[in-house]
Amino acid sequence: MTSCRDAFPAPKPAPAPDRPMTTTHVIVEDRPAHVPPGTLGDRIRPDFPILNQLPSPGRPALAFLDTAASSQKPRAVIDALTTYYETTHANIHRGVYQLSEHATAQYEAARATVADFIGAPDPHEVVFTRNTTEGINLVANAWGRRNLRPGDLIILTVMEHHSNLVPWQLVAEETGAELGFVGMLPDGTLDLVSLDALLARAPKLVAFSHVSNALGTIHPAAEITRRAKAAGALVLVDGAQSTPHIPVDVVALGCDFLAFSGHKVLGPTGIGVLWGRREILDGMGPFMGGGSMIRRVELTHSTWADVPARFEAGTPAIAEAIGLGAALTYLKGIGLERVAEHEHQLLEYALDRLADVPGVTVLGPSDPARQAGVVSFTVDGVHPHDVAAILDEGNVAVRAGHHCCQPLLREMDLVATTRASFGPYTVQSEIDALVTGLRRVNAIFNG
Amino acid sequence: MTDSIYREIILDHYKNPHHHGRLDPADVSHEETNPLCGDEIRIDVRINDGLISEIAFDGRGCAVSQASASILTDMVVGRPVTEAIALSREDLLEELGIPVSPARMKCATLGLKTLKLGLTGATSIDDDKL
Ligand SMILES: Cc1ncc(COP(=O)(O)O)c(C=O)c1O
Repeated sequence: MTSCRDAFPAPKPAPAPDRPMTTTHVIVEDRPAHVPPGTLGDRIRPDFPILNQLPSPGRPALAFLDTAASSQKPRAVIDALTTYYETTHANIHRGVYQLSEHATAQYEAARATVADFIGAPDPHEVVFTRNTTEGINLVANAWGRRNLRPGDLIILTVMEHHSNLVPWQLVAEETGAELGFVGMLPDGTLDLVSLDALLARAPKLVAFSHVSNALGTIHPAAEITRRAKAAGALVLVDGAQSTPHIPVDVVALGCDFLAFSGHKVLGPTGIGVLWGRREILDGMGPFMGGGSMIRRVELTHSTWADVPARFEAGTPAIAEAIGLGAALTYLKGIGLERVAEHEHQLLEYALDRLADVPGVTVLGPSDPARQAGVVSFTVDGVHPHDVAAILDEGNVAVRAGHHCCQPLLREMDLVATTRASFGPYTVQSEIDALVTGLRRVNAIFNG
Repeated sequence: MTDSIYREIILDHYKNPHHHGRLDPADVSHEETNPLCGDEIRIDVRINDGLISEIAFDGRGCAVSQASASILTDMVVGRPVTEAIALSREDLLEELGIPVSPARMKCATLGLKTLKLGLTGATSIDDDKL
């Protein structure tokens, strides 16, 4: 696997001439050799080829503010995929030839990298999935359908992404289990009083997102988990929006399951992770049936492989798993504390600048310390789709819509918002471009 | 940024929509939503001798969906029902006169879809058959 630790924090060599790069975001200045230039975003931006493309004629440089939907990929990840396909690809496990052994070793090394990234004590606890959605569906099916009885309570929150809501609706319908919802306070934080009321009803499972993708709220995951465990529930944390942006350690959280997506954490699409506590995974039956997940197959019945193979039926996304390993190595090389700090500075800058734009209302926590690098807002008199379309005319990429959180938006009496979200490679000038674009929105609609 | 779709025609119709409101009673009332963005349009029609004698629309959504519904009402009012049903997506886009990207096509044609489903009583029409 390509190591990418050298990509940070050592200053980057000049870009190779065959990779056209704009220098807009790269601060070049006289400085002592030991002081790295600019912000984290300025420094690592050269690592992300897509962000250094020349814009098409007539368009300004891309301001990519949609990292919450999917992150961009550093060269280390792209190289890991290419190198794997050029040198190592073969189907994994059971191959007795060298290529297959190498591919297997890299796939399993990626699993160990994931375990290390989230502080999991045992790599066997790491199940590769396609994405967060599949991880949650895995638990809902392999654990929920077999363990839930009529009347059993599953606690969710009104702020969940559809992927942590609909699978539980399906399971509840099938098993007769009931869904209970932790409420939201007007500032976009969870109403923990309503959590306690629900916990008094002896729930079987509490499932919630660590960071809200719609509002950016960072929920007190360790505290929620502590209370839920005290009430005897299993705890599933949807880490789709936390793992890329803040340090996440499953032991410190104390949860039983953590699901996240590779594509949001600088890795490839098509790969995700479900981490589960070993003794719970061991006690669960399979999710999908097929190759790799069996121990012994008869014509009419089978027995199951040990975890995590039991949950990885069929040929997995081998290259993508290896690419995810490269992504996590890259992120760890930066350090998640520094990523969080950088994104927090961007958040404060954005909140400050947006406060100056007439008609813009920022939603979510009034206390920015409880908010990740996600800013959801509305513009008076302008539909979010129109906002996003006008921003796109200035090559500012944001998301507009319900962000797969229709119940949450209904709670706020909205159908859609415009959302800007940041990553480690985001720079201030992108937020400046957003503000310029919003002034243009006002000029067009409210001028 | 010269190819902005936010030209005067869109903004005028968005800010001052034609035939806006409700008809009660109406001969035909139909409501559709765009599941992608939650835009909603409701169209009420009164029919006399096979002609659309009165029409009104109501809804909430982006400027493109609301303006194109407003423009659509201008196109069909006083015209035969059969003509409105035969109206194509291209006819409407021509009247709109703006470049509509694939991402905004559902917004631009939501009114047309609502009207056609209402007039024909069909339960669905594929977007490429509009
Ligand atoms: C909080 C949260 N949960 C779950 C998901 C689903 O992720 P995926 O679509 O990769 O399965 C997302 C992605 O938008 C998310 O933001």
